[in-house]
Amino acid sequence: MPRVQSSIADAHSVVGRQPRRWFPLAMAAAVVTLVWWSARGAEVDLPLLLRDGPQAMLSYAGKLFPPDLRPEFLLDTAFGALETLAISIMGSLLATLLAFGAVFFASANLMYAGVLFEREAAGRVRRGLRLSLYLGAKSLLNLLRTIPDIVWATVFVFAVGLGPFPGVLALGVHNGGVLGKLFGEVLENVDRRPIEALQATGATRFQILIYGILPQALPQFLAYALYRWEVNIRAAAMLGLVGAGGLGQRIHIAISLFLEHQLLTLLLAIYVIVTAVDYLSAYLRRLII
Amino acid sequence: MTHRLSATAPSFRESKRALHWLFFGGLLLVFLGSARLAQVDPGVLLDARARANFLRFFAGAFPPDLSSQFLQFLIRPTLETIQISILGTAIAVAIGFPLALLGTATLAYRGVLHAREVGAAPSRRVVRFLPYAASRALLSAFRSIPEFVWAFMFVRAVGLGPFPGVLAIGVAYGGMIGKVYSEILEAVDPQPLEALQATGASRWQIFAYGFLPQAYPNFVSYTLYRWECAIRASAVMGLVGAGGLGQQIEISMRMFDFHQMFTLVGILFGLVGAVDWLSARIRRRVFAR
Repeated sequence: MPRVQSSIADAHSVVGRQPRRWFPLAMAAAVVTLVWWSARGAEVDLPLLLRDGPQAMLSYAGKLFPPDLRPEFLLDTAFGALETLAISIMGSLLATLLAFGAVFFASANLMYAGVLFEREAAGRVRRGLRLSLYLGAKSLLNLLRTIPDIVWATVFVFAVGLGPFPGVLALGVHNGGVLGKLFGEVLENVDRRPIEALQATGATRFQILIYGILPQALPQFLAYALYRWEVNIRAAAMLGLVGAGGLGQRIHIAISLFLEHQLLTLLLAIYVIVTAVDYLSAYLRRLII
Repeated sequence: MTHRLSATAPSFRESKRALHWLFFGGLLLVFLGSARLAQVDPGVLLDARARANFLRFFAGAFPPDLSSQFLQFLIRPTLETIQISILGTAIAVAIGFPLALLGTATLAYRGVLHAREVGAAPSRRVVRFLPYAASRALLSAFRSIPEFVWAFMFVRAVGLGPFPGVLAIGVAYGGMIGKVYSEILEAVDPQPLEALQATGASRWQIFAYGFLPQAYPNFVSYTLYRWECAIRASAVMGLVGAGGLGQQIEISMRMFDFHQMFTLVGILFGLVGAVDWLSARIRRRVFAR
């Protein structure tokens, strides 16, 4: 019966909300205008680019060859690659722990609304407390997420000194915010039926969380954590720019000192670890889901 | 039959359990190794000097520099950041979309479009497969090299200013957009495609009326997400001299002017929030069709 009703509602919403014909056209016009405005502002000189650009880029690319393959440099590159890998793994771990710690407070259906609370005629004070905890956790995650990882890295380099550890902290804090948002979406979209079934058996809220919500959410949490790992391996390379070790620092040095052959070796190393992490993460995600 | 099954089942389960232990043991080793390599040392955070530095940083940042002179000066870099992100995303789509079409297996060499061609000459299949493999390799090279490295190289090739930032976002995000677009195209529901084919539609018609309408909302959604990332990436681009707010962040950091930096990060925060809000609205419109 509810299903029939909802399909009728769907039909109504389709009939009621006719797509407007002008919308795609207006969007296209807006996009074209914006791109034109941006091209003017970004000092794009298309004729110059087409005339001199390819030449300049090709000659620069030509200077990169051949890659520097001296054994001692290869060893240093390999160490840098391992360091970048380590930063990305630790950063992702820290981010996952942070997000896992915060997300339960930042999820509306665990804190104050929905099935878990429909029986509760809680006092105002308690509800207010819950709501403010929720808002606090949510805005903390937003703050962590919105500040870019490179800015976090400069803050941590300033606080704890140069080296890979500030890179780990920066990745962990920024991605903690990102994962917090993604985890929160998972929690808010869990299937409600097992929760209601558990509630009907008289389970406590904590039991519902353990047996009804977590089994549904954990695999998706892991999948998101792995996805962020893919993003983090690139970011870990970048954080070297502000002195957080790894391949990025070596790339920064190679570019600044015009060591083009070494740069190519380092670029190849980045390509290898990024591709390897992509494949590994995709494989692990398929195992989980 | 049942006897044999029950005989093999326990040993299978045991070997699976052993595999699990092996897996978790390996994972633990990886984490410990990474922690060592990344010089993870939580003690540093509680260290008196680090605490003093944090305090200096955050106390130094309050209040943000809101003098009208500074704010007026920031109008241009802010607009520049928006322009870099829009044009960069546009270029990324221009690079990514064609490569995605070539790099989609169901368009290039298998699936409904090629179902009638099973008996075709192998040479023809190779001709179809080659562009597919080439564009996949190109996309993966574009996206594996992080955007800041592209920015570095484009600064070398075309000089300082916002333009290298645009190109860097265009190339790096082109690789990501191309990959995701082709995944979206490969995941479309095959039933409408088969229905179209049964009516005798040409390949082009199947693409225009079968693939595109299904893929289009996801294209828009992912492109908007990338735009949001492009705004955040501008903070990185500035570090290598590619204009926008990032360059101002870099300058304030160099001069240890945390008041200004706080303002800059605040503006970035606002921009990302605004783009987030705008894309949520557009997304709702596109998916409501």
